[in-house]
Amino acid sequence: MIAFFVTAAALLVTAVMVVTSKDLVRAVLWLGLSLVVTAGAYAQLAADMLAAIQIMLYAGGVVTLMLFAVMLTPRPDDERPTVALVNPERGFAAALLMFFALAMALLQAELPGGTAVAVSDSQEVGRLFLTDHLLAFEALSVLLLAAMIAAIVIARRRDA
Amino acid sequence: MALGVLPWLLLSAALFSTGLFGLLTRKHAIGLLISVELMANAVNLNLVAFGYFRGDLMGQVLALFGIALTVAEVVVGLALVIQLHRHNRSIDVDSARELAG
Repeated sequence: MIAFFVTAAALLVTAVMVVTSKDLVRAVLWLGLSLVVTAGAYAQLAADMLAAIQIMLYAGGVVTLMLFAVMLTPRPDDERPTVALVNPERGFAAALLMFFALAMALLQAELPGGTAVAVSDSQEVGRLFLTDHLLAFEALSVLLLAAMIAAIVIARRRDA
Repeated sequence: MALGVLPWLLLSAALFSTGLFGLLTRKHAIGLLISVELMANAVNLNLVAFGYFRGDLMGQVLALFGIALTVAEVVVGLALVIQLHRHNRSIDVDSARELAG
């Protein structure tokens, strides 16, 4: 229970830092921290493999890619990329509305019972991927190939 | 004392709303991508929490699909950002206004 509150507080703080930092490089680094803390949350929810994948793919891959993108797109005046917040009051109101709508829905919903069955079975997850969800798994591989080709085609120089 | 699924879902809702705030207040294309990332992360947390408290592995399987989809989205998004920057010398999303039909 204490673990949950520590994780929750860390997640909320990092998430708020992500959306409020003016310096884009810092925002990306905060995002990385937030994603690592999420991996901790997955570990608490008995999803070991997911925690590992979260750190490898998100914190390792996505954050590195985003840092590269930030560095590769310098501003004309060579300043560090800063980003002002546009209309923070309206954004805050919308976010608050969203949260209350979700919270109301959650409080009224019939949720699965509180007795958690600790399933920490990476083998079984892998087996599910290659049996019950084989079609989706293969479709995913096609999607990843398409994304890879699309990224190369879109980002390449036209004159090269 | 064990917590139920509700605190996790509320946490996830709060994270999602934070991402929405970022999405509405940023004008920088990479800033927008970061916010979307935060929201997708909240959704994955939701899936895993449900899977855990239902006692099956479906949540983890779905979350893994979600992670792979988000990564693909980020790759294409960043490629678009780089191309936009090459084209306009700026990655303010308003600079892409000429794309509007």
